[in-house]
Amino acid sequence: MKPAEAKLKAGRPRLLLPDRTHYCAGCGHGVVHRIIAEVLQEWGIRGQAIGMAPVGCAVLMYQYLDIDACESPHGRTPEVAAGIKRARPDKLVFSYQGDGDLAAIGTNEIIHVANRGEPISVIFVNNAVYGMTGGQMAPTTVPGQKTTTTPKGRSVTAEGYPVRVCELLAALEKPAYLERCVIGSAKEIQRTKNAIKKSFRVQRDLGAFSLVEILSPCPTYWRVPPAKSVKYIETWMEQIFPPGVVKDVTK
Amino acid sequence: MAPQGRQEILEGAMAVAHAVARCRPEVIAAYPITPQTHISEELSTIVADGELQAEFVKVESEFGAASVCLGASAAGARAYTATSSQGLMLMAEVLWNIAGMRLPVVLACANRSVSAPLSIWCDHQDADSIRDCGVIQLHAEDAQEAVDQHVIAFKAAEDRRVLLPVMVNLDGFLLTHVFEPVELPDQALCDAFLGKYEALYKLDPGDPMSFGCFTEPDKCMEGRWMIHDACLRSAAVIEEVSAAFARTFGRNSGGLLEEYKSADADTVLVAKGSICGTIKDVVDELRDKGRRVGLVRIKTFRPFPRDRIVAAVRGAKRITVVEKGGSFGSGGVVTPELKDALYDAGLRIPVSGFCVQLGGREVAPDGIQEIIDRVEKGEQVHYEYFRLKKAILPDLVP
Repeated sequence: MKPAEAKLKAGRPRLLLPDRTHYCAGCGHGVVHRIIAEVLQEWGIRGQAIGMAPVGCAVLMYQYLDIDACESPHGRTPEVAAGIKRARPDKLVFSYQGDGDLAAIGTNEIIHVANRGEPISVIFVNNAVYGMTGGQMAPTTVPGQKTTTTPKGRSVTAEGYPVRVCELLAALEKPAYLERCVIGSAKEIQRTKNAIKKSFRVQRDLGAFSLVEILSPCPTYWRVPPAKSVKYIETWMEQIFPPGVVKDVTK
Repeated sequence: MAPQGRQEILEGAMAVAHAVARCRPEVIAAYPITPQTHISEELSTIVADGELQAEFVKVESEFGAASVCLGASAAGARAYTATSSQGLMLMAEVLWNIAGMRLPVVLACANRSVSAPLSIWCDHQDADSIRDCGVIQLHAEDAQEAVDQHVIAFKAAEDRRVLLPVMVNLDGFLLTHVFEPVELPDQALCDAFLGKYEALYKLDPGDPMSFGCFTEPDKCMEGRWMIHDACLRSAAVIEEVSAAFARTFGRNSGGLLEEYKSADADTVLVAKGSICGTIKDVVDELRDKGRRVGLVRIKTFRPFPRDRIVAAVRGAKRITVVEKGGSFGSGGVVTPELKDALYDAGLRIPVSGFCVQLGGREVAPDGIQEIIDRVEKGEQVHYEYFRLKKAILPDLVP
C-alpha cells in the first residue's frame, strides 16, 4: 500500500473513475462530481441515474462519473433532461450545468423547464466566469470583477447586474426546491451534499423540479491562489449570491 | 507602388481583432466559443482601452450576438461578430434574416467541427452548412489573408450593388492560434479605403420604413431572387474591391480564386482554406519531379465562382477536390457544385472528391501525394472518406 493511500479516511467512491481530471487546481467541479458519486453510491442507484453533461468546463463529466450520460447542445441541457425524464419517468435524471450554460446561453431553457415543473434535478455550478473559453465575463460575474472581456472590471452601467438564478426561478410557481450552497469549508461541502440529496428526493418523491446552485471557486480565472479562492467566495460572491434555501415547498 | 508596412509576429486571432478594429465597427457583439474566442476577447480589450470607439455587447449567446448585429446594422451602424461551429449553427436563423434584410454585417467563422460527436478541431462543416442563406463566404489560407479579407469583407458587403453579410472563414486553431508574420492594414489607408458606412436604408424615425416585413406569395419570391441576384453579382464586386485592395495595400489577399501552377496541369486539385498551404508544398515537390500538378484554390465559396473555376480547370485531364466537409447522404459540398459547373460548360473531365480532416485529423503532404498518385493511376472516386480507420468501426450490418 502506498503511503498516500494509507492516510485516506474514506476511499474514492467507485462511481468516481480513477482518472486524472482536466480541472485546474482548486476548481470546485471535482468536489461536486465526488458528491454526486457518493450520493448515487450510498443510495445504490447507479443503474437508475442518467446525468446530463453541459458545454463548459464540466463538458467531460461523463469521463469522470461512471454513470449513464448524455451531452447536449449548449444551454439546452434541461430540455434534453426533460425529454429523457418524460421518456423514462422511473429514472433519476439530473442536469449538471455551469453559469455559462445555464445562466447565459441557456437562460430560456432553464426558465421554461422550471416553469413547466419538469421533474428533474439541476445542479448549477456558479463560478462567476466563463471558465472553458478562458475567463470571459458571464452574466453571473460580480460587479467590479476583472475578466478578459471586462479588463477594468464589470460595469453595471454597461453590463448590468449579476443574474441570480435561484431568485429568478423562485418567482415561478412550480419549482419545489431551490437552494444555494458553497464549495468551501467541510461543513459547507456537507451542506451541498445534503442539498443534492434533497433535490434527488424531491424528484423521486414529489415529481417536482428542483435546482441546487453551488458557488464554486475558479482560482485560475479569478487569478488568486486556490487557498484564497474560497475566501473570495465568502468576501464578494456571497454578497451577491447569499447562500441558503431560496424556496422549499416541502417545509 | 503601395507602401510597405511593418510585419509583426501575431497570433492569427489577435491579428484579425486588430484588423477589425481598424475597420472601425460601431457595434460588436459576441459570445465566446473555442477557437474564435481570442478574436472577440481582444476586441473587447481594444474597446476597453479606448483604442476603438464602439459598443461591445457581451451577449448571452450567438443568437443574441447575431441579433444585436442585425439591429445595429438596420439602424445604420457598421456591425461585427465572430463565431465558430455550434455558435454559427445557433446564428443560422438570424443570418437568414440578416441576408434577407440586406444588412452588410461582417462576421468571422473560426472553422470548427460541428457536434456530435463533440470536437473543437477544424473542419469546414460549420461554414458549408450555412452556404444557402445568402451570406457571402471568403476563405483564408493564412493569417495575413484572414486579416486582409476582413477589410475586403466590409468594403464588399457595404457596396450598394451587394448589401449582403460577408463571413470570413479562417481555420480554427490552424490559423486562429498560430503565430505568423502579419502586416496589419495601416489605419489611415484603411479609413480612406472603407470610408464611413452610410446605409442606403436604415431605421430612422424621420423617414420610417420596415425591415423584414411580412410578404404574401405575390412578392416573396422576388425578394428571394433579389438576394440570389445580388449574391451572384457580388462576384464582380469582390474582384473589383480585391483589386483596389491590392493597389492600396500591396497584397493580393482577396479575389475569387487562386490558380497555383494549374494553367498547364494535367491533375488539378481544388480546395479551400489552410490545407492549400500543404497542397502547394506537394505541388512544388511534384513539379520538381516533372509532374504536371496544380491547385485551384477557392477563396470565395459564396458566390460560387462557376465561370472562373471552369476556365481555370478546363485544360485538366482530371480534377480532384479535397474537402474538409461533406453532406451526409449525398457526398461532398464543393465537389457536386464543381461538377454542376463543368456539366453546364460541356466538359466531362473526371472529378474525384476526397473528404479529409473531419474533426481536425491531420493530413500531411504524404496524404495529399497519395491522393494524387491514386487519381493519376486512373482511379476515380465519387466521394471518399480518406484514410478511414476501418479497424475502429463497429461491425456493420451486411
